[in-house]
Amino acid sequence: MKKYLLKRLIMSVITLWAIITITFILMHSVPGNPFAKEGKMPAVVYENLQKKYGLDKPKTEQYIIYLKNLLKGDFGDSMKSRVETVNDMIKRGFPVSAYLGVEALLIALTIGPALGALAALYQNKWPDYLSMIIAIIGISVPSFIMGTVLIQFVAKNISWLPIGGWGEFRHTLLPAFALALMPLAYTARLMRSSMLEVLGQDYIKTAKSKGISKAAVILKHAVRNAILPIVSVLGTLISNLLVGSFVIEKIFGIPGLGLFFVKSIVSRDYTLIMGTTIFYSIILIVMLLLVDIAYTFIDPRIRLTKEGR
Amino acid sequence: MSKKFLVLVSLLLVTAIVFTGCVPKGGDTPKDTGSTPAPAPSTPSTPAPAAEKILRTNNASEPGSLDPALAQGTHESWVLDHTFEGLMKLDKDGKVVPGMAKEYKISEDDLTYTFVLRDDIKWSNGDPVTAQDFEFSWKRALDPDLAADYAFQLYYIKGGEAYNTGAATADDVAIKALDDKTLEITLETPTGYFLELTAFYTYYPVNKKVVEANPDWAKNANTHVSNGPFTLTEWEHNASIKIRKNANYYDAANVKLDGVDFTIIDDVNTAWQGYEGGDYDFLVEIPQAVTAKLKAENNTELVIGGMVGTYYYNLNSKVKPFNNVKIRKGLSMTLDRETIVDKIAQGGQIAAAGAVPFGMFDENGREYRDGVGNLISYNVEEGKKLFAEGLAEEGMKPEDFKKIVLLYNTSEAHKKIAQAAQEMWRQNLGIEIQLENVDFQVKLDREKAGDYHISRAGWIGDYMDPMTFIDLWWSDSSFNDAKYNNKKYDELVFTAKGTADQKVRFDAMREAEKILMNDMPIIPVYFYTQPYAQKSYVTGVFKPLVNYPKLTYADIVK
Repeated sequence: MKKYLLKRLIMSVITLWAIITITFILMHSVPGNPFAKEGKMPAVVYENLQKKYGLDKPKTEQYIIYLKNLLKGDFGDSMKSRVETVNDMIKRGFPVSAYLGVEALLIALTIGPALGALAALYQNKWPDYLSMIIAIIGISVPSFIMGTVLIQFVAKNISWLPIGGWGEFRHTLLPAFALALMPLAYTARLMRSSMLEVLGQDYIKTAKSKGISKAAVILKHAVRNAILPIVSVLGTLISNLLVGSFVIEKIFGIPGLGLFFVKSIVSRDYTLIMGTTIFYSIILIVMLLLVDIAYTFIDPRIRLTKEGR
Repeated sequence: MSKKFLVLVSLLLVTAIVFTGCVPKGGDTPKDTGSTPAPAPSTPSTPAPAAEKILRTNNASEPGSLDPALAQGTHESWVLDHTFEGLMKLDKDGKVVPGMAKEYKISEDDLTYTFVLRDDIKWSNGDPVTAQDFEFSWKRALDPDLAADYAFQLYYIKGGEAYNTGAATADDVAIKALDDKTLEITLETPTGYFLELTAFYTYYPVNKKVVEANPDWAKNANTHVSNGPFTLTEWEHNASIKIRKNANYYDAANVKLDGVDFTIIDDVNTAWQGYEGGDYDFLVEIPQAVTAKLKAENNTELVIGGMVGTYYYNLNSKVKPFNNVKIRKGLSMTLDRETIVDKIAQGGQIAAAGAVPFGMFDENGREYRDGVGNLISYNVEEGKKLFAEGLAEEGMKPEDFKKIVLLYNTSEAHKKIAQAAQEMWRQNLGIEIQLENVDFQVKLDREKAGDYHISRAGWIGDYMDPMTFIDLWWSDSSFNDAKYNNKKYDELVFTAKGTADQKVRFDAMREAEKILMNDMPIIPVYFYTQPYAQKSYVTGVFKPLVNYPKLTYADIVK
């Protein structure tokens, strides 16, 4: 187990380094720069700005300086904001996005798998159809349409639910729901198919024939096995939800991290592009590792190393 | 049984969040909990007479800075224009009148300006506003180490550009505080609109003591010090900004609002829903479709604010066949601008009558455009003829235009107009051009590199003088993406820039614009407008042509 973890850790660092390097190269090879705008900027002002942010140095030197600062945990100054550093932005934006993400995750994971299991248990009966309808809506309606629909028909009619903004719990409800719908639908479908498969297995029949109560068969034998595919998508799902959604944050005016992802690229804010990419990569890598570990607890058949045998 | 347990646990988890309500805050300033726009006041109950008059609106983007020297666009300047004041200011009617200055003197040669400050001016922290503050602020904005985007706005001052390039020191810049109340400025060349420039945000002063003591003063509301009608009291990054009336402001008696609350919501549609839902009293950026709808139903809440800006197409004169003036004019003459404005843009825009928009005044204080007249005609027959002649001269056929690409930055509005132009030219000239949309940054890069045929562009004036437009197309101008080159035009631009004789200056500019529109290196399409919405109880909002609406003299009358 320890050996495995160490191996994974080294792999993670290498992965991260590769991501940093590729992002750095791609970012600098895209046309445009952080200071270009549709205006009369004299060459002098442009040069002053380049100097201030060290962009006048050769690319390799910039790369080395960036890596050095990164090792100290310094993501650098944003090239667009004179107010906050990239670290400030992540420190401020991440908790907001993460809060919304956790809320969405709770909604998705309490309702989604339950709905899927129910559908499987009542296959081709009305709970199945209901869950299918919800799943189809959830998967096919993009979140930006869902967000707009929620604002137009829910927020505008219920004055307690604000149209946009951030600050209180009531601000989080609609965006969290809009965010949750897709993973909810996805996990419901996943749960349904894997549950159906498990229910047809021999050991379920054995358990039933042993005379165990139906509830116990479902919860102890069926659900525990059927939930595995959901656990495996959980890593990506959590990372995506935690770092926020550009669309949802834009529509609801939420000061989260998701907005920075797209805005930094549009404005070519180099340091912010790097900062958000690296931050997201770290979260994704950690989550995937955690999921692998979680596997062993849920399914004893999976072992991280051969030692366990 | 255990299923119930599972459900119970989930429910508990959800309720746990509800009750703790520990929503992380977006900002860093200490604040009350009710920081977000108040819920829609669906009942029109009049608040108690003593209630504060707070105007609620939206600032569409997080400001990159609230330090006047570092501001570079409307998202910063809208807040700054209400919290700071320069030597001169715009009054209720948009006239340039003394602000922080009480009086000013201009020397015979129009080069030296001497301003005397008012006696009763104070910073929001109680310090007096001094001439030294101005000297410090302007030199600071020119400091190459500060690397301010808008430093070039101060290049009119002698030694300013040299200092910003590093060729001279701060002491060489001709800004001198003669005493606490007197400021003397010498310019590089006579500049007819310098007084108005001192009302522009790059020219706002900052408090020398505060800035020297704390370089990060502008980052938080609690250390932010200003000299305008309002002061910054709260700034939650990416969420909201609050400004409140400044009791130290000399003209506080004429400021009726107690403050303005800005939310920071990027999405124009959400902001509009908020306005409709009663979250805002005032809203500037309105979705295009909504503007069209409000205009069609003559909604009185919609105001089509004036603006000095021109929407146009660059024709790359370095590329065949746009080197041919007949081709350029042919394209311009067959573009039906009225239809574009009425049926497509639908925001009250005005069909272009030249390169310089309406709203600027000439040497006699009259509308500049009246002195030049309409330099653009819609004449399909004449256009067709010129175009055919041009094609013959270049040895080309209409089919050759299949390779010609109109470049625009990705936006629904630009796309619709480009499609209309494409169709008009197809019908009138029998050519089929291609459209290509790219990322804004890519468009800028390609324009600078001359890697395009036709490209969409726009220019919003910086100051109220035709020069802010005429200046764009002399041969070495950094904005001359059409690669226009006409010696006579260049000469006229320099004549206008080098004299303070208003008659000579305006004659040169009028002549230059006529030459420009005769050569047609750019095809002006329309003059911009700035539609905004205000509830019926909002009064006294003034819309300067070069900036966002000014709320200083606004009032809420319910």
